[in-house]
Amino acid sequence: MTPKVLIPVALGTNRDHDLAEAFALAGAEPHAVPLTALRSGEVSMADFQILAVPGGFSYGDALGAGRLFGLDLAGWFGDELHAAVERGVPVIGICNGFQALVRTGLLPGDVPSVLTENERATFECRWVTLGAEPANESAWLRDLSEPIRCPIAHGEGRFMSSDLAAVEARGGVALHYLDADGQRAHGAYPANPNGSPGDVAGVTDASGLVLGLMPHPENHVRDHQDPLRGRPGASGNALPLFRAGVAAAG
Amino acid sequence: MTNDHTFIVGPPRRHSSSSPLVATAASFGVAIDELGELRIAHVRGDLDEHQISVLGDALLADAPESDEVGKWWTPAQDQPAHAGTVIETGLRPGVTDREGAELVRAATELGLPVDAATIGTRWIVTPSDLSDEDLATLARRVLHNEVIERWHTGSLAPGFVDDAGADDHVATIALEGLDDAQLAELNGRRRLGLDPEEMVAIRDHFTELGRAPTDAELETLAQTWSEHCAHKTFRAHIDVVDGAGAVVDQVDGLLKSYLRAATDEIDAPWVRSAFVDNAGIVEFDADHDIALKAETHNHPSALEPFGGANTGVGGVVRDILGVSAKPIAVSDILCFGPTDLPVAELPEGVLHPHRIRDGVIAGVGDYGNKIGVPNIAGAIVHDDAYTTTPLVFAGCIGILPTGSNPTNAQPGDAIVVLGGAVGRDGVGGATFSSQTMQAETAEVAGSSVQIGDPIVEKGLIDVVLAARDAQLYTAITDCGAGGLSSSVGEMAETLGADVDLQLVPRKYQGLAPWEVWLSEAQERMVVAAPDPEPVVELARRWSVGASVIGRFTGEGRLVVRNGDDTVIDLDCGFLHDGRPRRHMTAMAPATGRPERTSLDLDADQVGALTLQLLAHPSIRSNESVLRTYDHEIQGGTVVRPYGGIECDGPADGTTTIPQGTSGDRAMVIGIGVNAVIGRHDAEAMAWHVVDEAVRNSVIGGADPNQLSLLDNFAWGNPTDPETLGSLVAACRGCHDAALAFGAPFVSGKDSLYNVFVGPDGTPDPVAPTLVLTAVGLCSHPELVPLTGVVDAGDDVWFIGPIDGWLGGSHLDEVLGADHGGAVPMPDAGAVARHHEMAAAIAAGLVRSAHDPSEGGIAVAAAEWAHAGRLGVDLDVLATPEVLFGEGSGRYLVEVAPGDAERFAALAPSATRIGSTIADPEVRLAGATITLDEVYAAYVDADATGGRS
Repeated sequence: MTPKVLIPVALGTNRDHDLAEAFALAGAEPHAVPLTALRSGEVSMADFQILAVPGGFSYGDALGAGRLFGLDLAGWFGDELHAAVERGVPVIGICNGFQALVRTGLLPGDVPSVLTENERATFECRWVTLGAEPANESAWLRDLSEPIRCPIAHGEGRFMSSDLAAVEARGGVALHYLDADGQRAHGAYPANPNGSPGDVAGVTDASGLVLGLMPHPENHVRDHQDPLRGRPGASGNALPLFRAGVAAAG
Repeated sequence: MTNDHTFIVGPPRRHSSSSPLVATAASFGVAIDELGELRIAHVRGDLDEHQISVLGDALLADAPESDEVGKWWTPAQDQPAHAGTVIETGLRPGVTDREGAELVRAATELGLPVDAATIGTRWIVTPSDLSDEDLATLARRVLHNEVIERWHTGSLAPGFVDDAGADDHVATIALEGLDDAQLAELNGRRRLGLDPEEMVAIRDHFTELGRAPTDAELETLAQTWSEHCAHKTFRAHIDVVDGAGAVVDQVDGLLKSYLRAATDEIDAPWVRSAFVDNAGIVEFDADHDIALKAETHNHPSALEPFGGANTGVGGVVRDILGVSAKPIAVSDILCFGPTDLPVAELPEGVLHPHRIRDGVIAGVGDYGNKIGVPNIAGAIVHDDAYTTTPLVFAGCIGILPTGSNPTNAQPGDAIVVLGGAVGRDGVGGATFSSQTMQAETAEVAGSSVQIGDPIVEKGLIDVVLAARDAQLYTAITDCGAGGLSSSVGEMAETLGADVDLQLVPRKYQGLAPWEVWLSEAQERMVVAAPDPEPVVELARRWSVGASVIGRFTGEGRLVVRNGDDTVIDLDCGFLHDGRPRRHMTAMAPATGRPERTSLDLDADQVGALTLQLLAHPSIRSNESVLRTYDHEIQGGTVVRPYGGIECDGPADGTTTIPQGTSGDRAMVIGIGVNAVIGRHDAEAMAWHVVDEAVRNSVIGGADPNQLSLLDNFAWGNPTDPETLGSLVAACRGCHDAALAFGAPFVSGKDSLYNVFVGPDGTPDPVAPTLVLTAVGLCSHPELVPLTGVVDAGDDVWFIGPIDGWLGGSHLDEVLGADHGGAVPMPDAGAVARHHEMAAAIAAGLVRSAHDPSEGGIAVAAAEWAHAGRLGVDLDVLATPEVLFGEGSGRYLVEVAPGDAERFAALAPSATRIGSTIADPEVRLAGATITLDEVYAAYVDADATGGRS
């Protein structure tokens, strides 16, 4: 059965179409659904096998990126959200979706954390290289033996955790920013574009089912999207990430 | 007031002595050690202590509390010690405040009784012993903009809009018997911006009717007949006179005789609609059309750079939505004064170019990023001519299923307004933008400037596209300048309409009926719907406002009521066709340029001049600006504005495969703009920028047989015959170039009266500036040349005449004087060269290419090598014409040696002038410039500041 992907859309969400396109290419059936339709009961989270919280500027980033989207998710759908994770639904939150999942407390789940303003205090859009953490056993990452490349587009993406060592120790860091040689960026700009300590680009919860990341793998699922097309170094299409998530839902 | 609560949110963001804000303060003579920045929230509501704490924790503080993340407190509580003087800034009541509105919404969701909220900033200034004068300078020049904000030393009182109660008053204005002087006085007092003949026509119309117009009728006529809406200069009859005053030419309307004439004569089969709707529409593929539009937003951006540019993008995106298209790309062409202008030279009433630049860039980025449309094309030009009149050109392109934009509203259709509510901000923008600016304009026109609310517009896009696909409306337009008066007015042009203003949603009470009708409150669309119910339901689903405010009648009258009171009852014929045509006089421009003074170059000079040119503010990289724009969203971007091995070399055209299309066809955008040539020869400039836009799009993969053009004119006061003379010449150049290239104009925009009148009355007009956008199609996206040299050992070919023109060149800019010589002359021979280039690309022979534009071959070669991190060795003559000349139809091309024969056969105008090399240097006419030197001169190492 083709897994159905729920892509909840808040006012100001804007990468829902991109995320839907990536999941469609990965073999799933995406549905972008406004929160109003979920709240009214017209659409139920229980009917979906994957939950993908998309990027954008929900509520204009008012009061901090992802805060109000997170409040909606936790306040209106908190029980359904936890029930979904309990029954094994893979969840991914990208950029604003990651910020919202962190605000709900679902990510990283064990240690209080925030995604705060980039070190350079400005919105930034550029391509980055990501490497999966070998110690992380999340199903989302199982086909990422090679680095993937994709753009970031955010102003509040620096992952600050009250105990990063604890997240690292349980293998909760999912993706690191890498430099051009495939090594950890060690905080060097622009390979690490936002100054996240430990070059953290994405994390998972303790179950590994819930992945959050700031970069946009949904914008590198076709080869023509690669700015290095036609040059050495053009590789790292991110479709395997989505395919792994779809496989895990099956 | 007892139920107003103030929350202060920490920790402060610290702006150290090296930060842009502190540096800007220093440029105004205010020495600061450090600025701390905290957010404050003013909340109105009957909250108890527990509720205050719930609100602070849930909505303001960043949990968890650690040293690194936020806390909140109220003034009554203990605060962390922040030594220094406090200045608070906040939005003026009524200015769009998305955060305040969201705080109210979220608090209400949490069950907290909050009525209103507004967000401001607390600045903590050290040292704490600055004089009052220094604090005022700091607040006025650096920390806030009085057009939209207030400031206070110490705590700023919360700024909430007082609900003043309904103001239903409809005034009438007696016109009968007024003489010319009295009409002129009325025209000036109400800032109507009408011509004397137009005032007479209005007086006579109402005298004939035997009644006085209402305020709303007079304002509606002023908006509808404004330069902004009616393009009356472009429709005027123009006598062109010579120096002796003899009429040498007559123009029966610039639009009709030149721009539309070219389009009609070309009669391109791919053009679906030109000049009639909000945007031009051309064919994309068998199933899709694309819609194109470019706008200007100059006056607002001069006063409130962030808001002006922000709403400029918002407006042009709505133009695209106004033809039922999904916005897929935005562009921005920005013209600023020198950012290093000494403060002492800044005219009174003018914001510093640095501040304008930062604000405009932040405003452009904020809007595009938030609505989710990639910004993929643009240019930034710096010139003294733009200090008092900065220019902001914003473009948008959209895609729609073929033939899916309905334009057949029927009598009885409901008038549905989608989007935001009306406030007093943005009253009178069309008339404001149709007049010159003065030192005090900031004060009197403040209400014409607005802040955008992109999140609402993002919702509008979702609603309109869903409504389009469900065929729920019969016509659509956007609410731009003039608000409902122009949107409903235009839709009702033949049908007539009946509107009740009491059905129009408002942000607050106290608005006069004419203000509701005229307010340009942003983020609104109007549709005609046979059955409004499903439209309203869709809007609710996407959290967007929707109101049925009346219906189209089929009776040919524009009737606007406020409950039972008639506010407007105008004959649509008079409103739309009653304006007397302008008759204007233009002075034919002087022609001829002085002989060029000769200049011998040695190798050192070649190197030094090339590096100086690379560092010229209009040439130097703006990559850090582009990085603040999302150019990746929607996943279609193939060629970005910056490309190459490190993505930091300038591309020419930009190329996009629209989401949801087959993938084997791309859209290409090429832009041409020049700040200098127009001062010498406006007609030549028109050819020059058309050619630049065409060659940029050709490098982006476009087929030169199927290009469409957008024109954007920014000129001074057209009632000045010399200014009008250069405008006529530019339009003639546009016409002739469009015909030569076979590329029709499909839409455009003229911005006139770009003149700043200083306190002493001296007019300072903008440099005549024409921005050309070419949009083309590419049927082989996989063959588009790369940005920057690809490999060492390839041949470098040059298409076109190797000698360029030096009049009006950037070489003279860096030499600091006009050394004479002809500007780039119209060159119809360039057309064939564009086709040669396109043929070589389509044959897969072009590995990379670059267009020699500003700074000529020397600059282009250096940029090209830098982008690829490889060298080039060019065997060319060391003359200024060859190295730094500028001209039309010229390309630098990288071709594999094995393809030389095939390339030469396809491009007979090409000459082999060198090769690509592994050594990281540019070898040029005996000079050697290392890529490190190029990097140091060209790359923009600034981190951009500005609001996010």
